[in-house]
Amino acid sequence: MRPAGEFGQLEVRIAHKAFTAASGERFDVLRDVCFDIGNSEVGALVGPSGCGKTTILRIIARLDTDFKGTVERPLTGRLGMVFQEPRLLPWRTVEENVRLVAPGITAEALASLFKILDLEAHRLHYPGELSLGLARRAALARALAVDPDLLLLDEPLVSLDEALAGRLREQLAALIESRPITTLLVTHDLEEAIRLADRIFLLSPRPAQIVAEIPLTTPRSARSEQEIATIIGEVTRRINGRTAPPGPSADSIAKHDATDL
Amino acid sequence: MVRLISLALFLAIWWLASLFAGPQMLPGPEKVLSAIAAQAQTGDLFFQLGVTLARVLAAFTIAMIAGTAIGLLMGRVMVADRIGDPLLIVLLNLPALVIIVLAFIWGGLTEIAGVLAVAINKLPNTVVTVREGARALDLSLVEMARVFALPRGKFLLHVVFPQLAPYLAAAARSGLSLVWKIVLIVELLGRPNGIGFQIGVAFQLFDVTLILAYALAFVVVILLIETAVVQPIERRASRWRIRAT
Repeated sequence: MRPAGEFGQLEVRIAHKAFTAASGERFDVLRDVCFDIGNSEVGALVGPSGCGKTTILRIIARLDTDFKGTVERPLTGRLGMVFQEPRLLPWRTVEENVRLVAPGITAEALASLFKILDLEAHRLHYPGELSLGLARRAALARALAVDPDLLLLDEPLVSLDEALAGRLREQLAALIESRPITTLLVTHDLEEAIRLADRIFLLSPRPAQIVAEIPLTTPRSARSEQEIATIIGEVTRRINGRTAPPGPSADSIAKHDATDL
Repeated sequence: MVRLISLALFLAIWWLASLFAGPQMLPGPEKVLSAIAAQAQTGDLFFQLGVTLARVLAAFTIAMIAGTAIGLLMGRVMVADRIGDPLLIVLLNLPALVIIVLAFIWGGLTEIAGVLAVAINKLPNTVVTVREGARALDLSLVEMARVFALPRGKFLLHVVFPQLAPYLAAAARSGLSLVWKIVLIVELLGRPNGIGFQIGVAFQLFDVTLILAYALAFVVVILLIETAVVQPIERRASRWRIRAT
């Protein structure tokens, strides 16, 4: 039996990660990226584009093992992942794509998943016949169909128009609200993170480090527009000022010192 | 329609050429057709066709399966590619005749030696084509399969083979024609029956009509296989593609 404390928890301790460019030059991507996400908690990594967020996800997904450090995943370890591109098999229909990774899924579970994500009409369509928004939702359905213990989302709303992103965000919020899955979301959009996550980790530009951890105590559904705006303002101030102390109105704490940037 | 015109054109050129060359060197289409009919009546034609076809299919199947497995391995595993590449180049450049003669010397004038000799001739060609396909596999889908922990069998069936389909089709297309040409040489050199053996007999009698009759009959069989088997499989494999209109 596992110790009760780490049930379903994600522990990331990446000491160092570097890439070698084609020219042979090595450059650091990540340095001391350490964070925990509790069981059934939704964590969000927020940082500027190109800071290494996707690299962190790839390390957690064990697609990249060339790094110094450790990653402890939830012990039963079923992983669901939504890549930045949908990565559906073009020669299989939407339903076949989902069933392929989740052969044990019941017809009811599949039907309810497709219903929430508005995919019912597209079950028999091939990915080439879908818009990007639909393909993203199909990829999301696939990730959730495996009934994951850990869900990794890489910019799930990027390059969708405002209205579509808003709708998919609501669907996503409803889905992660309805099932207790330890989730890690990667985004460059702070508002998206605030609307979806329980805990936000702010990343510095490359080499990425976590500069602040912001727990959001208000339940997701109860976060008012005003509260969201306050948090955004507070975080923006901190990013710009770098060393600014936590604002009085926001329920946030700076866990890592930002001065060593 | 275009195909029919092209066929008619071919027959017309043949007929004209036969007028100039004379019936001894190049018999006209009508003589060859009647020879086919005569051979069909005795039943000999179908027996020889069947024997050759069986050898073609056996050698083709062995070469495709082994070639696909080796090609996948070489395309995906760098060490296998390093080890296999020099051997592949040797095999690609070894004349068919050398392989056949050696197979008959080492394996005796047996059916197995004959079929294997043909398969080995086709093998490097399949390996090279499938290796290209394996190298071109979409890494993003391979990663997806790894993240979702797809079992190996499903991975091959749903992720790898659909991507290899065009390469397998190319290997099969060129393979079928290559294999039947080599089977004929094998039959000429070391088998007591089949189209190749019959053509050998006809060669000794200088019977050009019979040579053309057997060759033509087999071409028709291969064409039938192509339209009735290969093309429907290709259509099915590519039904997910959005049709260009």
